[in-house]
Amino acid sequence: MTETITETFTELHEFLAAEQQLREDIRFVVKDMEQTTREIQKVLQAIHQPQGLKKVPELCESARKLFEAVKDQTKNLSDKIPVNQYYKYHDHWKFVFQKLMFLAALIVFLESENLIDRSVAAELIGAKVNKEDGFHVDLEDFLMGLLQLASELSRLSVNAVIAGDYNKPLLISAFLSNLESGFRLLNLKNDALRKRFDALKYDLKKVEEVVYDLSIRGLKPKDTSVLTELTN
Amino acid sequence: MSTSTSIEPEVDHGNSKKTEVVNKFREFQSDLDGKHDKHERLVKISRDVTIESKRIIFLLHRYREGMSDTEKNKILEEGNQKMKLIQENKFHLMAIELKNEDPNQFMRAVSPGLQEYLEALSFYHYLEKGLLISLNEVQNQFVFNSSEKLESATFKVPAEEYLLGIADLSGELMRLAINNITAGKFDLSFKVCEFLQVLLSSFSLFGNTIKELNRKMTTLQQSLRKVENACYTLRVRGCEIPTHILADVIAGSGKISEQIE
Repeated sequence: MTETITETFTELHEFLAAEQQLREDIRFVVKDMEQTTREIQKVLQAIHQPQGLKKVPELCESARKLFEAVKDQTKNLSDKIPVNQYYKYHDHWKFVFQKLMFLAALIVFLESENLIDRSVAAELIGAKVNKEDGFHVDLEDFLMGLLQLASELSRLSVNAVIAGDYNKPLLISAFLSNLESGFRLLNLKNDALRKRFDALKYDLKKVEEVVYDLSIRGLKPKDTSVLTELTN
Repeated sequence: MSTSTSIEPEVDHGNSKKTEVVNKFREFQSDLDGKHDKHERLVKISRDVTIESKRIIFLLHRYREGMSDTEKNKILEEGNQKMKLIQENKFHLMAIELKNEDPNQFMRAVSPGLQEYLEALSFYHYLEKGLLISLNEVQNQFVFNSSEKLESATFKVPAEEYLLGIADLSGELMRLAINNITAGKFDLSFKVCEFLQVLLSSFSLFGNTIKELNRKMTTLQQSLRKVENACYTLRVRGCEIPTHILADVIAGSGKISEQIE
């Protein structure tokens, strides 16, 4: 009896130790990825500075270059994950993926004022949309990224005004209210995503205050070019 | 707020972009709902498994060392039948739900029932054979070959879940030992004591690999201490008082629980 128990447990222990080792390896790759993510973030933070909005094309371009490095890191990471075990280790890269989704969405917004496609975002970090197709980005992580984008844009609306750009807040306001109508369609459970979504209204409120401040002082651009820009 | 903005032209101008965003989110909605619904279905199955497994454990606790073989077999047979039903009705459903999924994504839903079932299964196995059921033996029960009634499917039992189920087994064995002592049957408790000692020392291999296990280890230690103390009393007092009084001494004095505190 003693032998069989000991044998069973020794086997299991070896198995779990191997798993532990894998976790270490994953942490290592994720660390790299986090570093690149911080670099991308640093680049894009410049949009808040007085001259930042004028440099958007350059900033986006250098950020996109850094995303190339992320692609390699994603490849490294996905090579380590055994088939059908994505969610066993998901916690390790969940937060960095959320941040990357946010940064990808920010780039697309700055370039085109559009909401990023899920497929475009996944593609940018070298991942897939659906788990059937390979190493994918979890939908909730993508949505978390979009909520982070909302906070960033509400900050940008303030800084745009400082920089003398009175159009941007209107664009952001329209974008965020569309985003909010989108999120309202989701049946969220009482989880992290739901809590993060609850914060969206504060971001929205901040932007609306900025727009309000501009309109009562007659600073809101009169020409309709902004409005048509919103619509196309 | 909504009335003041809706007067502005931005809303009907903004329609095309808004529709675009809303369409994207409709897709997200169905994805999310699909996942949540599956989770809920699994939680439901898992809860049913827990209830049924607890009943099996209860049934198995009627087992007494001094029973005739027919009586013992009757209890074991009944337990076995019930486990088969859980297999066919519940775990098969789970396996179907998890087909083509990453089971880890839904482990939180599945885990409570699974652990309870593993506890029942390993308890049954111990009563039948006096041995610890191995992960392979467990796994064999979760392979469903296709037949008239069943679609083929496999439910992979994770090593962690197996260990956690086995950790729970210790509590049942402790009760088994004490129950048998109170019934005046002593031999089994010495066997259980040794079994638990080996089990505990084997578990010490897994230091910090599984978080949940640490908590269960404390319970395991307590269970073992209870059995050890009971066995001690049996040895020491066993030579001086007759059996039926000895059983009362151990059961009635509350001594065992005091020793634990």
